[in-house]
Amino acid sequence: MASANNSGSTTAGSIAVREAGAPDELAGPGTGRMVSQPADARQVAVASYDVADFPVPNGREEDWRFTPLDRLRGLHDGTFGNVGEAAVEVEAPAGVVVETVGRDDARVGKAGAPVDRVAAQAYSAFEKATVVTFPKELAPGEPVVVRTRGTGTTGFGHLTVSVEAFAEAVVVLEHTGKAVYADNVEFLVADGARLTVISVQDWEDGSVHLAHQVARLGRDATFKSVAVTLGGDVVRLFPRVVYDAPGGDASLYGVYFADSGQHLEHRLFVDHDVPRCRSLVTYKGALQGAEARTVWIGDVLIRAAAEGTDTYELNRNLLLTDGARADSVPNLEIETGEIAGAGHASATGRFDDEQLFYLQARGIPADEARRLVVRGFFAEVIAQIGLPELQERLMARIEAELEASV
Amino acid sequence: MATLEIRDLHVSVEAENGPREILRGVDLTVKQGETHAIMGPNGSGKSTLAYSIAGHPKYTVTGGTVTLDGEDVLSMSVDERARAGLFLAMQYPVEVAGVSVSNFLRTAATAVRGEAPKLRLWVKEVKEAMERLQMDPSFAERNVNEGFSGGEKKRHEILQLELLKPKIAVLDETDSGLDVDALRIVSEGVNRVRDTGEIGTLLITHYTRILRYIKPDHVHVFAGGKIVESGGPELADKLEAEGYEAYTGVKETA
Ligand SMILES: Nc1ncnc2c1ncn2[C@@H]1O[C@H](COP(=O)(O)OP(=O)(O)OP(=O)(O)O)[C@@H](O)[C@H]1O
Ligand SMILES: [Mg+2]
Repeated sequence: MASANNSGSTTAGSIAVREAGAPDELAGPGTGRMVSQPADARQVAVASYDVADFPVPNGREEDWRFTPLDRLRGLHDGTFGNVGEAAVEVEAPAGVVVETVGRDDARVGKAGAPVDRVAAQAYSAFEKATVVTFPKELAPGEPVVVRTRGTGTTGFGHLTVSVEAFAEAVVVLEHTGKAVYADNVEFLVADGARLTVISVQDWEDGSVHLAHQVARLGRDATFKSVAVTLGGDVVRLFPRVVYDAPGGDASLYGVYFADSGQHLEHRLFVDHDVPRCRSLVTYKGALQGAEARTVWIGDVLIRAAAEGTDTYELNRNLLLTDGARADSVPNLEIETGEIAGAGHASATGRFDDEQLFYLQARGIPADEARRLVVRGFFAEVIAQIGLPELQERLMARIEAELEASV
Repeated sequence: MATLEIRDLHVSVEAENGPREILRGVDLTVKQGETHAIMGPNGSGKSTLAYSIAGHPKYTVTGGTVTLDGEDVLSMSVDERARAGLFLAMQYPVEVAGVSVSNFLRTAATAVRGEAPKLRLWVKEVKEAMERLQMDPSFAERNVNEGFSGGEKKRHEILQLELLKPKIAVLDETDSGLDVDALRIVSEGVNRVRDTGEIGTLLITHYTRILRYIKPDHVHVFAGGKIVESGGPELADKLEAEGYEAYTGVKETA
C-alpha cells in the first residue's frame, strides 16, 4: 500500500512524555477512579454509572468531535424512540455457565463505570444482563457465541463475560439485524486466564450501534480481541483495557470496511497503570465510495507506576475510491521513563498501483488483482481470529463489499 | 510462429515539468525461438521499453505500434497482454503483502491458461520448478517478494516464466544483483524455457556477463531511447571491450 497521506485522510499522532516522577494520578476512565487532571490520552473527565452525570454532547468535545451526533437517533440526548428488546441468544459448550440476571447482580458493572453519556445511558436503561462465566481452569476448546439480533427498535444491552483463574475462553459476539443499540460489555479476565473475543458488527442498513467493551485483566492474564465492523450506518466501538496486576497481555485487533454513507468509528483506550504489562494494537480499514467515513483513535496511557510497559499500536487505512475519508489519531502518553517499549504507526493510502500492475502483468484481471490485494491487506488481522470457518465467512463478506464497487 | 513487432515506438513519462520523451522511435522484431539482447547504459530507456510493452500505466505511448501476431498490443489492458502471451520479468519485482506465492502462482496460472490447473499436477509442477531453481519449498508460503533477497526475487521471476510459458518474454536486467551461482541457476532456468523453442526472448542487460550463459542470436545497442546499432553476438564482444563510449560519449563499461 502506498503510505503517503493524502487529502482523503488525516493522521495526527502524538507522543507526549511527562517527566518521570511527576505526580501520579491513578485515576481515569474505566479505573473506577475519577480523573483529577485530564490529559490527552485520558479523553474524558467523568466516569459514572448514571446518565445524568454527563452533559448532552454537542459535538465539540474531544471524544465526540468525529461522531455525527445527528445520526445517533437520540442515543446521546435521550430523544431515542421505541425501546424494545434486542434478541440475545447464547450458544455455549458444556461447563460454561450462562445466566440472565437483573441490574442488581453483583457481577454487573465490575469492569468500571461508563465514561461517556451513551454508555451511561445504556447502563441506566438496560433491564436484563447476560452473564457468561467460564469457571476456574475450564478450557472448553469450543467458542461461546453470543448473537444479538436487532428487531428494528431501540435497545440497551449489557453483557458480562467472566473468565475465572486459568480458564481459557473464546467468545464470538455477533451483531446483526436492524437496531438502534447501545451496550456495555465487560470482560473480566482473572489471574492466568486467557480470553479471545471476536466482535462482529454486521448490522443491516439504517442501524446505529454504540458499544463500550472493557477488559479488566488480572495477573498474567491474556486478552485478545478482534473487532470486525462491516454493516450499519453508524457504528462506534470503544474498546478499553485496564490492568489490575502485573503481567497482563492485551492484543487488540480490528478490521473495518466502510461503504458510502457509513460512519465506522473505533476509539481505543489502553490504560497502563501497573508494571510490566503489554499491549499491542493493530487495526486495518478499507473505505470505498463517496461519504465513506472511518475514525480510529488509539489512546495509550502509560502512567508513572507502569514501569516495564511494552506497547505498540498500528492503524492502516486503504482508500479504495475518491471521496472517502479516514481519520487516524494515535496518542501515546508516557509518564515514566522506565518502559520496555512504546511506539505507534499510522498510514493511510490508496491502492498501490505497482502491486496491481505486477499482478495484472501475470494475467490476473484487474478486479481479481484488487481482491487479492485487499484480502492480503486484511489477512494478517483476520488470521488472528483463529476460527477458520468464521475467518472464511468474514473474508467472503469483505470481498462482497469490495465487489459492490468494481 | 509468434512474432512481436515494435515499430517506431515513442513513449513519454510525466515528469515534474511536463511530459518527457524517453523512447524515440524503437524498431524491433522478436520471433518465437529467437533471443535478442538489448544492451545499453543506465538511463538509456531499457526499462521504459520493457514496461511499455507490458502496459505499465506510468508510460504514455505517443507514437508507433506494438503488435503480437498482428494483434494490437497497445489497445490491450495489462492483463490481456499477459494472457495473450507476453511476459515481463521485472528489474525490481514488487512486494505484495498478505498474498502467498502459492496463491499468486495458482491465480496467475489459472488466468493465463484459462482454467484452473488440476491441483495435484499443479503442486507437483510448482515443486519441481522450484527445485530446479533451487528455491526452498518454504517460499511457497511466503508473501510475494516480501523480504526476498535480490537474487531470490529474480529466481521467483524465472519461476513464473517457467510456469506461465509465454510466447514472448522480456527479461529486464534479470542478471543484476546476482552472484555467480545465482546467475548460473537463473540462466539455466531461462535456457530450459528457450530450449523448448517456443519462446522469443528479449534479454535486457547492461553487462555482457549474462550473455556467457544465455547466448543471443541478435544484439542491439540501446542509447538515447532507441536502438543505435544491431548485429550478431560479436557486437556484445565489442561492447565488452570498448564500453558504451562510442554511443554516448561517456565512458561506461558493458
Ligand atoms: N517519472 C519520471 N520522470 C522523469 N524522468 C523519468 C521518469 N521515469 C523515468 N525517467 C527517466 O527515463 C530515463 C530512462 O529510464 P529507464 O528506467 O527506462 O532506464 P534504463 O535504461 O532501464 O536504466 P537502468 O540501466 O538504470 O535500469 C531515465 O533517464 C529516467 O530518469
Ligand atoms: Mg532499467
